[in-house]
Amino acid sequence: MGKRVGMEVSIAVAEAACQADVDVVAAYPITPQTHIVEHLSELVADGHLDAEFVPVESEHSALSVCIGSSAAGARTFTSTSSQGLALMNEVVYIASSLRLPIVMVVSNRSLSAPLSIWNDHSDVMSVRDTGWIQVFAENGQEAYDHVFWAYRVGEDRRVLIPVMLHMDGFILSHMVEALEMVDKELVNKYLPPFEPIHRLHPDKPVTMGAFALPELYTEAKKAQDEALKATWPVLLEGWRQWEALTGREYNPVETHRTQDAEVVLVTMGSMGETACEAADRMRNQGTAVGVMKIRLWRPFPFRQVREVLSKAKVAVVFDRCVSFGGQGGPVASEIRAAMYGEPSRPRVVNFIGGLAGRDVSPQDFQHMVEEALSKMQDRQEDYEIYGVRG
Amino acid sequence: MAKPITEITWIELEPGCVIVEPGNARKYKTGDWRTVGHPKVDTERCIKCAQCYIFCPDAAIERNEQGYFLPNLYYCKGCGICAHECPVKCIDMVPEGE
Repeated sequence: MGKRVGMEVSIAVAEAACQADVDVVAAYPITPQTHIVEHLSELVADGHLDAEFVPVESEHSALSVCIGSSAAGARTFTSTSSQGLALMNEVVYIASSLRLPIVMVVSNRSLSAPLSIWNDHSDVMSVRDTGWIQVFAENGQEAYDHVFWAYRVGEDRRVLIPVMLHMDGFILSHMVEALEMVDKELVNKYLPPFEPIHRLHPDKPVTMGAFALPELYTEAKKAQDEALKATWPVLLEGWRQWEALTGREYNPVETHRTQDAEVVLVTMGSMGETACEAADRMRNQGTAVGVMKIRLWRPFPFRQVREVLSKAKVAVVFDRCVSFGGQGGPVASEIRAAMYGEPSRPRVVNFIGGLAGRDVSPQDFQHMVEEALSKMQDRQEDYEIYGVRG
Repeated sequence: MAKPITEITWIELEPGCVIVEPGNARKYKTGDWRTVGHPKVDTERCIKCAQCYIFCPDAAIERNEQGYFLPNLYYCKGCGICAHECPVKCIDMVPEGE
């Protein structure tokens, strides 16, 4: 069945896009681009992938090309990072509002200024409310697997929404990991051809991207919001089917020893494994710590989060982005919103850290838990920027 | 869509608000407000040259059965280009209500 390989995660993601037989790849080919697009350009040039590779002059153009090709019915792929995603922003909204199931892999990195190229989630949060399905990979295998999942769920006629696959920059994108690649037969079984409801074709003309008067815009946004919320059964079906074929199980939130946990560490992305290591160490020392890892960022898994956290005393939420002038980090805001109406809810302690690639060790998570349990009991602050000097 | 825009519910919209009925822009009443009043054509002086028809940016000038070119106020934005271009000056821009 599968083939176990050692491979840089960016290359693995490109190989997955190739196996998914994408028709069009449009991307800005230089910084902040990753090896994902570099490798795809090689695959096309060497004849391994029969696709149009469009190297454009900016990320704004990259996603614009993707919108055109997806509207014409082509399976479309792009990838970007940090400043590139920020430059793309205007078009990110358009892709989802037009219901075009493009798949975009984002190697999560910090935003300028100061100029930085390293990993955090500030780029992710700049597109939080754009209406895309957004999913986080914790390691290389998950990143590879979710390329197939993204096409399957996004292109489903009950969905037709673009999917953003987030993977931590450098920590995943530039890391060589051991992972299992699936074979073409399995991909064919899992991923049906893309058959959109409407496509741009001269034989059956339609208009996409027209304007809406005030009398219609509200209805358009309501329809979009409902469409994103209605994706749930398809998203779950996509994971269950993948599990049936590969044995690898995925859920909207993943838990580690949360059943009887008093303290639950909440993470998103690659930090989950570090947090699990910290939880195991603290368990050995007699503190009941568990970890909840958010895989699905949009639509946000409110129900699943409530199920896990309603039993805990303290939720230590680790954010990797500052929401300036807000109440801390975006993940903590979501957790607080999820739990506010619950009769039984944990105290939410929010730490922001791991900014622009600053390392976060298991000891750091242990310190956060200890701090949350001791001196933060009576503190008024909504959040703390962890490990900051001064 | 056969329905008036104010009666369309969100459930009825095509995915992505795709418009599947070609040419439905003709239903859009661009003439619901105008800039400098609307054109009034003096057919006594009109020479049927069609300059107004050619220059109208909103395609709001229509040819009637007698061959005269007259504004359709459903679409007319009142820009006054027709009056400006008319070689015999048979088009006056008159205030709304006249």
